[in-house]
Amino acid sequence: MGLITALQSLLTACLRMAAPLIYTTIGETYDERAGVVNIGLEGLMLIGACTAFVVAFFAHSMALALLMAALVAGVFGLIFAYVTVTLQANQIVTGTAYNLIGLGLSSFVYRVLFSNSADTRLEPLQPVSIPVLSRIPFIGPILFQQTWLVYGALLLAIAAAVVLNKTMLGLSLRAAGEHPRAVATAGLSVVRLRYGAAIFGAMLAGIGGAYLPIAWVGVFVENMVAGRGFIALAIVVFGRWKPMGMLWACLLFGFAYALQLRLQTQNLQVAYQLLQVLPYLATIVIMIVMRGQSAQPKAMGVPYTERA
Amino acid sequence: MSPILRADSVSARDGTGGPCARVRLIDICKSFGALRANDHVSLEVMPGEVMCLLGENGAGKSTLMNILYGLYRCDEGRIEIDGQAVSIRSPHEALAHGIGMVHQHFMLVPPLTVTENVILGTRSLFRHGSILPDMRSVEKQVDEVACRYSLRIDAAARVSMLSVGEQQRVEIVKALYRGVRLLILDEPTAVLTPQETDELFHTLRVLTAAGLSIVFITHKLNEVMAAADRVTVLRDGVVVGRRLIGETSQQELAQLMVGRDVQMTIEKGSARPGAEVLEVADLTVAGDEGRKLLDGISLHVRAGEILGIAGVDGNGQRELALAITGLLKPAGGRICIAGKDLTGKPPHEIIEAGARFIPEDRQSEGLVLDFTIAENLILKSFAKPPFAVRQMLQRQAIDDYARRIVKTFDVRTSSVHAKTADLSGGNQQKVVLGREIDQHPVLLVAAQPTRGLDVGATEYIHKALLEQRDRGVAILLISTELEEVLALSDRIAVIYEGRIAGEVAGDRANTQRIGLLMAGVRREDCD
Amino acid sequence: MAAGTVSKDALSGLDKRPNALAGLWRNVILPVLSIVAALAVGGVVLLIAGYNVADAYSALWQGVFGNTRNIGEAFLRSTPVVLIGAGLAVAFRCGIWNIGAEGQFYLGAIGGTFIGLHVAGVPAPLAILLAIAAGFLCGGAWASIAGWLKVALGLNEVVTTIMLNYIATGLVSFLINGPMQEAAHANPQTDEIAASAVLPRIWPPTRLDLGFPIAVVVACLLALILFRTPLGYSIRAVGLNREASRHAGIDVNRQYLLAMLLSGGASGIAGAVAVLGVAGRLYADLSPGYGFEGIAVALLANNHPLGAILSGWLFGALGSGSQMMQLTAGIPAVVISILQGLVILFLVSFRILGDRIGRAPLKGR
Repeated sequence: MGLITALQSLLTACLRMAAPLIYTTIGETYDERAGVVNIGLEGLMLIGACTAFVVAFFAHSMALALLMAALVAGVFGLIFAYVTVTLQANQIVTGTAYNLIGLGLSSFVYRVLFSNSADTRLEPLQPVSIPVLSRIPFIGPILFQQTWLVYGALLLAIAAAVVLNKTMLGLSLRAAGEHPRAVATAGLSVVRLRYGAAIFGAMLAGIGGAYLPIAWVGVFVENMVAGRGFIALAIVVFGRWKPMGMLWACLLFGFAYALQLRLQTQNLQVAYQLLQVLPYLATIVIMIVMRGQSAQPKAMGVPYTERA
Repeated sequence: MSPILRADSVSARDGTGGPCARVRLIDICKSFGALRANDHVSLEVMPGEVMCLLGENGAGKSTLMNILYGLYRCDEGRIEIDGQAVSIRSPHEALAHGIGMVHQHFMLVPPLTVTENVILGTRSLFRHGSILPDMRSVEKQVDEVACRYSLRIDAAARVSMLSVGEQQRVEIVKALYRGVRLLILDEPTAVLTPQETDELFHTLRVLTAAGLSIVFITHKLNEVMAAADRVTVLRDGVVVGRRLIGETSQQELAQLMVGRDVQMTIEKGSARPGAEVLEVADLTVAGDEGRKLLDGISLHVRAGEILGIAGVDGNGQRELALAITGLLKPAGGRICIAGKDLTGKPPHEIIEAGARFIPEDRQSEGLVLDFTIAENLILKSFAKPPFAVRQMLQRQAIDDYARRIVKTFDVRTSSVHAKTADLSGGNQQKVVLGREIDQHPVLLVAAQPTRGLDVGATEYIHKALLEQRDRGVAILLISTELEEVLALSDRIAVIYEGRIAGEVAGDRANTQRIGLLMAGVRREDCD
Repeated sequence: MAAGTVSKDALSGLDKRPNALAGLWRNVILPVLSIVAALAVGGVVLLIAGYNVADAYSALWQGVFGNTRNIGEAFLRSTPVVLIGAGLAVAFRCGIWNIGAEGQFYLGAIGGTFIGLHVAGVPAPLAILLAIAAGFLCGGAWASIAGWLKVALGLNEVVTTIMLNYIATGLVSFLINGPMQEAAHANPQTDEIAASAVLPRIWPPTRLDLGFPIAVVVACLLALILFRTPLGYSIRAVGLNREASRHAGIDVNRQYLLAMLLSGGASGIAGAVAVLGVAGRLYADLSPGYGFEGIAVALLANNHPLGAILSGWLFGALGSGSQMMQLTAGIPAVVISILQGLVILFLVSFRILGDRIGRAPLKGR
């Protein structure tokens, strides 16, 4: 049964690779739904990764590491909100700045703290088996023998969908990204909603980045996010700005990542580049196919000015 | 300027002015820069009545209501609700005081359902009540509110699927759900069919029977007569009349709205029209949801004459200008300029045919504000000699041309290299004018050419247009300023709901008759 | 993000502040202030990290100006970002968000390498010219894909250009591991290009080659096109006011396509020049993020190709100087990325805050 075990291990890896994307894309989904575009996710993820690694290494607490990663990223999110919502600066330009700062800051901090250390490894998070469920044949080990960050990602997707679609908060956010003036005339504050969305999105991006050293490889490598922040932007389009859509899209990309890693060991040189670029090609294809039915929030990226 | 009526005190002619008024606006003043939008305006609305605010564009009606709804803050004046002085600084506060507003451009979020739109902003985001466990029970609540006032809506439908009339009903339910006791409707019938309009009036009667007050902003006289109990007429930011509906007529209201006949101050020789230059036949332009913005409109303009299109904004003028100049594709009909069929052709072909356009918004459509005056003057001719030779812009030729235009058209500036953004409105418009008419076009379409300009600049533009007419240019003048149309036009056509409602010769023009046509009253219905 | 402010108060009749002062403010004073602010914040970061700020910045200074070799390295390092920045200035002036300069750089490198490998018998000036032309064409074509997707299908160019970046690096990887791999098949790289295609060194003992002068020439050409030709005029008009341009009969879509072509082509030249110069061959990671630096360069230069020479030099100098700083003072070179990002943030914020202070608050509709 070599094939079954191979498939099992592939799907397990798929979930593991999808998790950081799920956090980041759901954060950006909330952001864009409220009308704010943050293309600086790559930088925010790096900041989260670095913060989490440093805290985990020195404080020996994964939970604290995660918390700090979210908080630090959240502060950056607050600054982003100020520059784009209050000052109404161009969101693309600001996002680009964040990518540069994130890359520089994370690499800088790592080198300052660890350039002389020989052993800079963490014990990565271990999978936690859920009793009974993890014994279900085939899918048991895949779904129920993961780290708690993976469980968190899955639960987050569901919770995010519920909040967005079934609460007043979600309703107000969705309205703010489509028709901010309608929200204002209904008596709500568009500014506050967008600030909240920007900070929340940044925090989740921080957690998504933190996943990489904490739950995956146990080390921090400069630029380890390796483009996931940009892929997340494409996935938000791909998943049509819906949290459950993000879940499936991230699983798809996670599968592609996992498959690509497996195949690399098979010495199939030619195929592996194609797999590497597959997510990006797929995004463009999807954008072409779905161009008429854009689910893009109408007011996304457009600064909202209150009148006198 | 015609004499202005001032109301010193708010005394309703039915004599019930006083503490039982639901809302009183007292001596409201609001200015935008140099423009006095509201000048000591007072208004009183009783419970259970429909008060109409009547006036032309720019009369100050929307400004006044935006102040009441908390979207603007007044410079001076007081607001009283049920006898208590209040300050309203945001829509949130207005709603808390029981004031609701249905805007001309709906404040509905299309991808959301009716219920979602209705409850937006009605519950706290985080505390008890923020979770919506069962949309169906909320939908039932919304349905109940709608039923109570005989409004037919589908609480579960997505707003993007609704017709315009249905959307408006949703807007009304939105306000009712929040328990408003005064509802403001801003030009509600502008987007409705006649049948939907009748349904709206029925709804208003139901609402007032239940004790609500309604303020109805409009420029359409027949609706005022059909729906209102009392009417307050505004002109140029000032109240010029208050009447009980039963004690007035459309004629009287038209006269108040538009002012007495104005002495024409411009010397105008008689026109000597030549060949037909512009022919528009049966032109149709479709809008969203199949609404016809232009509904089979036909007109013609000859060389050396000015055809003035009068009408209240929003009746299709904008679409007419855009279709003729190639910026909007018509759904049907024909446009011929100088004998050539140019229906649906792109703008540069229309420019090549000798047609020029003064657009209604000079800042967003006519000029690139960050360009210099010289750069703006060549906006339509920069790719050809003498301004471009062998793919290089000819600085000297451009500067010489710019200096000539600036001199000829009296643009007040220190240099042709000044940024156009730094010019006053009048000088900006002169730049547009100079660019468009210097080369003696065959046809000139001028839309709202003196909007936002002071008296001096307005006079200049008027003189220039008449000069062009005398040189044989065919001019289509589209303006919501009736005085302007009367002063300049040789023939006047009134546009109403996408069609020509009637045509009058310029020298036999009668303000009252035109006012009635503008307000939708057919010729057979007056005197 | 148009340069310049828009006056909405058409009723006031007064002229605003004189143009010359406003230009100086926006194009010189604000960028300088932003750099100073960025250096200040960067200094704080260094301080917290335990470094001596004075030593750090003086090592940086030495790294740029310390000796002839360093000065040459600064020019060398700035060559690609001057090219990319000048090209992006054109795109941004048209209002089109080209985030794909990185991918266009690589396509240009592929084109330049291909020619460089096959011009063994061709005399030197012609060989270099052909290689650079190939770089322009390949980079321009790559950018045109995103341009066409925007114009014909309405696809957002920010996302498509970013995706094309990754596809480009995948393509490079494929080529250097496959069809274009060196004869020895030992490493993922191409053979060395023919000697006739190599850019000559122009300032021994430094490594500075013909690339920088080429960059300056291209920047000047782009400035000429942008400000002295009808094409540049229409590109600028569309970027400043799309609607008025439409009214004037300008074909807006055509301007978008041409602007993308020019900016992609400039990035492509940058890639070709990189291969023809010090690199000598195509390999992975030829660019340490020039495409993104170029965005900062263009913004700092207020989207003026000539200004990109200056701001490109600045970023290049920071890049090479920081390498020296790392060697001599042990401070990680990546601190430069922080500075670059901060410069953008401060510039963008200061420009808006400056606009708000310079105008009376509007009480308009």
